Amino acid sequence: MKTVYMDHAAATPVRKQVVEAMLPYFDEHFGNPSTVYDMGSRIKHVIDEQRATVAELIGAKAGEIIFTSSGAEANNLAIKGIGLARQKKGKHIIISAIEHHSVLNSARFLERMDFEVTFLQVDQHGLVDPERLSRAIRPETILVSIMHANNEIGTIEPISDLSAICREKGVVFHTDAVATVGNIPVDVNELNVDLLSLSGVSLGAPKGIGALYFRNNLRLMPLIHGGIQESGRRAGTENVPAIVGLGKASELAAQELPHKAEHVKELRDRLVTGVHGRIEQVKYTGHPEKRLPGHASFCIEAIEGEALVFMLSQKGIYVNTGSACASKALKTSPVLVAIGVPPDLAQGSAVFTLNGTNTVDEIQYVLDQLPVAVEKLRSLSPIWRTKTAA
Amino acid sequence: MYSERVIDHFSNPRNAGAIEDADGIGEVGNPVCGDMMTFYIKVNDDKLTDVKFKTFGCVAAIAVSSIVSEMAKNKTLKEAKAITRKAVAQALDGLPKEKMHCSNLGAKALAEAIRDYEEKKSGKPTSTTEPKKAKRVKRHILCSHCDTKNPVTANFCMSCAEKLDH
Repeated sequence: MKTVYMDHAAATPVRKQVVEAMLPYFDEHFGNPSTVYDMGSRIKHVIDEQRATVAELIGAKAGEIIFTSSGAEANNLAIKGIGLARQKKGKHIIISAIEHHSVLNSARFLERMDFEVTFLQVDQHGLVDPERLSRAIRPETILVSIMHANNEIGTIEPISDLSAICREKGVVFHTDAVATVGNIPVDVNELNVDLLSLSGVSLGAPKGIGALYFRNNLRLMPLIHGGIQESGRRAGTENVPAIVGLGKASELAAQELPHKAEHVKELRDRLVTGVHGRIEQVKYTGHPEKRLPGHASFCIEAIEGEALVFMLSQKGIYVNTGSACASKALKTSPVLVAIGVPPDLAQGSAVFTLNGTNTVDEIQYVLDQLPVAVEKLRSLSPIWRTKTAA
Repeated sequence: MYSERVIDHFSNPRNAGAIEDADGIGEVGNPVCGDMMTFYIKVNDDKLTDVKFKTFGCVAAIAVSSIVSEMAKNKTLKEAKAITRKAVAQALDGLPKEKMHCSNLGAKALAEAIRDYEEKKSGKPTSTTEPKKAKRVKRHILCSHCDTKNPVTANFCMSCAEKLDH
């Protein structure tokens, strides 16, 4: 059976070149980077080279990158690290209502430590309004965190407009760029941010590696205490093979980015046009233009997303959903609720995230199979009957 | 994650559809929560001669509906009423923990359909013999402060941040 993978926001395959670059660092160069003899210090040098490569991808300096275990850890370090380090200045932070769980729950953690958190509402496309942010900032606000792009609806936020407001008011600005790095050009100076999280998962690097960019001289409370790895900001012996993997993946991403973005956008547009032409009563969620090039998200009336995803997987098509049944917590996606999608319609969520390896043939295959699956589920659905009658 | 039996019943649901002149109809769940099941039954001589269903929901919800319809068909009312959530889950070779409530919904929808039949038979006033039209889903709650339409799941108004009365 054909396999069509369109869930690249969840995981990307690790590239051959990346695996090859990593391999020697398991056995051949296994030394601990913190040791004084050359076996270890050579590896320290390798880590710093990777740091420079990752920094280059986002227009930063090598010394401004902290390697972490994931994008989630980078987000935790940014929110809690800044919150705890700056709490004498004030205890108010602002995040958007559609942040990733790692930002949202870090903010909730601070809330339990007597911080106050403002959850900034977004418009129907998921955009944060700079004016609304400006009004929400108070004298005791110490941190604002708004994601660069949302993984569920693809909307890209006006980060440079938002960060300019924070810069003017002296508030630290963080952006979770896990969904954008490797998919669109990301430059920390253009975005004018103080902190930025990225992850290997969406870059073709292995799982278990991420990084946090932080502007020099920013004080950050470490979450993992111990040795002085990562300039004392994150203790623990470095995950050298994964760091090398992230470095190699960043290098490849920088080379391939312009071509990749164009290719996936063309495929995405083909998919969206095709879906609208073949299936009635479908809502395209997120912003129609200001969105990730390879991202298409829909809410399909009268069916449930987990059943749809499962049925598609039986045809070799792998996609994602934000439906309540697919989440372990059995809760409707907070992102879809925040953009005002009615909760019953939100159950029919289907998310396609494309990569450079996807092809026109694969899009055609999806366009052949998706309407069949939707029709089958609608024929079972007690609410489809009333919807068509109405 | 799912057993072969679950996948089989999801992929080839038995007894899917509605019965136009059903003797009893049972409806449980709500699309807002992600699951809604409607069961239709025909009864003759105290026996379920036909059972059909329509389900909006996940893989487990559809598989549960299918197996419940199969388990209930040609049973006496008493036997059908004795179908438990445990028996449903067992007949499917188990369900993931977070999906166990789906097996409950299936048994409940069938029980509701039987109750509907018994009520009609005993002459209690019932609404209609037509297949029940699904209820309009409540999607919005109006903010009493600024009249903005908010999703029913919201606790605070998306426009003016007033607390919403549910």
